[in-house]
Amino acid sequence: METSRHWRLRQQRYALVGEVCPNCDLKIFPPRDICPDCGHEARTLFQFSGRGEVYSHTTVYQAPAGHTEGAPYPLAIVQLEEGPLVTAQLTDLADRPVEIGMPVEMVTRKLRSDGERGILVYGYKFRPRLPQGQPG
Amino acid sequence: MNPSGQSRSSSNSGSAERPNGRSQVLVAGIGMTPVGEHWDVSLRNLALDAMNAAMEDAGGLRPDALYVANMLAPALSGQSHLGALLADFAGLRGIEAATVEAAGASGGVATRQAYLAVASGAVEAALVLGVEKVTDKDSGQVEAALATATDADYEAIQGVTAGAQAALLMRRYLYEHGAPQYALAGFSLVAHENAVANPNAMYRKAISLEQYSKAPMVSDPLNTFDAAPMADGAAALILTRADARQHSQSRPAVEIAGSAVATAAMAAHDLTDPLGLPAGAASVQAALARAAVQTEQIDLFELHDRFSIFAALSLEAAGFAERGGGWLLAKQAEISLNGRIPICTYGGSKARGEPGAATGIYQLAEAASQLQGRAGKNQVSEASVALVQCLGGAGATAATHVLRRVSNGI
Amino acid sequence: MSENHLMRPNRPVGFAGYGAYIPQFRLPASEVARIWTGGQGGLPIVEKAVAGLDEDVITMSIEAARNALARSGVSASEIRAVWVGSESHPYAVKPTSTVVAEAIGATPHTQAADWEFACKAGTEAIQAAIGFVGSGMANYALAIGMDTAQGRPGDALEYTAGAGGAAFLLGPAETALCSIEGSYSFATDTPDFWRRANETYPEHGERFTGEPAYFKHITTAAHSLMESTGTTPSDFRYVVFHQPNTKFPLRVGKELGFREDQIETGLLVPEIGNTYAGSAMVGLTAILDVAEAGDRILMVSYGSGAGSDAFSLQATPLLSVRRSAAPDTLSYIHRRTEIDYATYARFRGKLVTQ
Repeated sequence: METSRHWRLRQQRYALVGEVCPNCDLKIFPPRDICPDCGHEARTLFQFSGRGEVYSHTTVYQAPAGHTEGAPYPLAIVQLEEGPLVTAQLTDLADRPVEIGMPVEMVTRKLRSDGERGILVYGYKFRPRLPQGQPG
Repeated sequence: MNPSGQSRSSSNSGSAERPNGRSQVLVAGIGMTPVGEHWDVSLRNLALDAMNAAMEDAGGLRPDALYVANMLAPALSGQSHLGALLADFAGLRGIEAATVEAAGASGGVATRQAYLAVASGAVEAALVLGVEKVTDKDSGQVEAALATATDADYEAIQGVTAGAQAALLMRRYLYEHGAPQYALAGFSLVAHENAVANPNAMYRKAISLEQYSKAPMVSDPLNTFDAAPMADGAAALILTRADARQHSQSRPAVEIAGSAVATAAMAAHDLTDPLGLPAGAASVQAALARAAVQTEQIDLFELHDRFSIFAALSLEAAGFAERGGGWLLAKQAEISLNGRIPICTYGGSKARGEPGAATGIYQLAEAASQLQGRAGKNQVSEASVALVQCLGGAGATAATHVLRRVSNGI
Repeated sequence: MSENHLMRPNRPVGFAGYGAYIPQFRLPASEVARIWTGGQGGLPIVEKAVAGLDEDVITMSIEAARNALARSGVSASEIRAVWVGSESHPYAVKPTSTVVAEAIGATPHTQAADWEFACKAGTEAIQAAIGFVGSGMANYALAIGMDTAQGRPGDALEYTAGAGGAAFLLGPAETALCSIEGSYSFATDTPDFWRRANETYPEHGERFTGEPAYFKHITTAAHSLMESTGTTPSDFRYVVFHQPNTKFPLRVGKELGFREDQIETGLLVPEIGNTYAGSAMVGLTAILDVAEAGDRILMVSYGSGAGSDAFSLQATPLLSVRRSAAPDTLSYIHRRTEIDYATYARFRGKLVTQ
């Protein structure tokens, strides 16, 4: 059971909180403390909107141990609207075909359970964007 | 066509790396086991078979250092600390020994460590062994162990597998370059064709495009014929200085003319250019420069076709095709044994089989065989310079070597 | 008599924001009947919502809470309580509320707790939040009712036990979308429906769940609230009850003197099933999606065991301004993917895999 490991990552996993470089303004996800572009220290937290589009996608049919319950499952590399690419499962697709360029939004879902009796691990996935409410 | 070997020289191109007293490093012996499901052979016995074969091939040369390339033994055999274990088991108790790990690039990276040690004079003869035993655990556990070569916190936790990583790149590649669905089939076809005459290969039957098109999906668009089969295997090399060879041999000598390792971002999503295989490109450039060899002089390319997409990307990154043109080489059969740039001459990972960290050693052993004229039916005619590259993860590590036939006997 | 029992806080409070969540999968009642009765017998609803493999009360509460926050325009750091009521909390011991609080950014300066009272666990949280904010202890408190209810395979409840719920952000009345005029709670020890600690599925008292349970408590709570506020059914534009099936809320509404047009906007059970702790609350969100300023709304929840919370509400002019900041409840209802019984059984963990 890797309780503390998952616990450390909860903020970024639950809510897509990354960093912004105070030097070159690059938006960074996941947080890594040193800007990959300019090398400056980057520890300022940044809340991503969760909106993005599909950069590439696949469906995993041969799942590794720990992920077999949800198999087969769709995976994607998503380009967040603020710039970074992130790898995540897609969800709520139903029968909808996935296409490169499809607009998606972040939702917080169950990623897996940490073993039979361990904690439930929650984190970001992406789904096709829901329409907002109508005005009035 | 290529510079003849000089008996005592280091690479004298404009390379930045030139420590004093650097010697020419030769591949003095090679050994490999068949790749397959060795139910009756343990991890250490598999290793022993390859080590013995290499030492015998080197005329009984006893190494004073052992470099073990292995990735999965801790996860799948509950065994780390392979250097000490295998040195002892092979009757080499006491020599310096350690494991070198860089996922699928372990074989090439271990070879580089051995090369540097021998070239510097610190080690007389190095035994480089690649070994992997994957059949003692079930497939779900193997997939999970392989996924540790991805980014654990940002890829594996999402259920990313090695195949899924490759599939994401493959789909993007086909999309960006407008390539058709079966664009990469040719890599699989050529690999299988070449394995027919390789007694060590796991699969020795040619396959057809129709079979490829009907193969079930692993992680779409990547199907089972786009994915190399993971299996047990061990291969070994003996490296030594030219002047330290125990006795002359009638066959041509093969030197490591250039060696380079490069890394790139771990996760595909962290690369600024996910399809550019930057570590592959950088290590090829460095290795060629150090060997003073041009791309046109390469007679064969043992690239790492762990998944077919990496064959295309490797060819592009090495300069054999333009960006987006790698798949066209497969289409036009330029990569077969008598093509412009033969690849996977013994079947590659796809048909010879993929024994994880050992792949890099198999590739070097196969390339050395080619340059020594020992390749039998698979012989690339007049091969004298080989480019060999293995990859870790989705290209996060690339280890590239240039092998060159030196001369007939020394 | 009744005037003593009406509950009003020291300072007026209301809903600063509201948000629903309903998962996309639907299991038609006819599909349940196909498996268990060969298609015979009447159907209590059309279909029910089913949570997907990666969903649970925690994930659903997070989305509903985000919707509520969006409509409120309030920053999560101002929330001083995150309270989640459910009868299907993912852990037996470890709060749902702390995960939700973390995900929405309300930690660490916040109260967090899980609530439980069968189908009215969510309105429990609302009652307490009214006190919390109304006393001046805090400006904002989040009350969520959410469930992924389970029914024993083949049992009557399996037709209707659905997934979904809603989140309400309580805040000062001045900036509320909907003000709370007063509330009332009625509770007795009435065992109409229960689940023992180590059992997977609940038991119910069949017809005992009707008169002495659902009808008695809702009727008494509604009467008491209306008497103590001097109102009658005609003063309310909308009314929403706990909705375990289609018949019960229509019948109790009629017996209380409400017309069908007052009930129908909040009556979601035919299309999503009984969302237990979220049932009355998610019905209320559908009403708030269309209510106009000044509209009075009566909400009466029911929880087995048993009790009812009744609330007299009034939409404010701010409602129509802020409600488009999040998806409306109908869009969640219309986002539907039909599944068959086998898929449902897999999703709900009813297949033994080890």
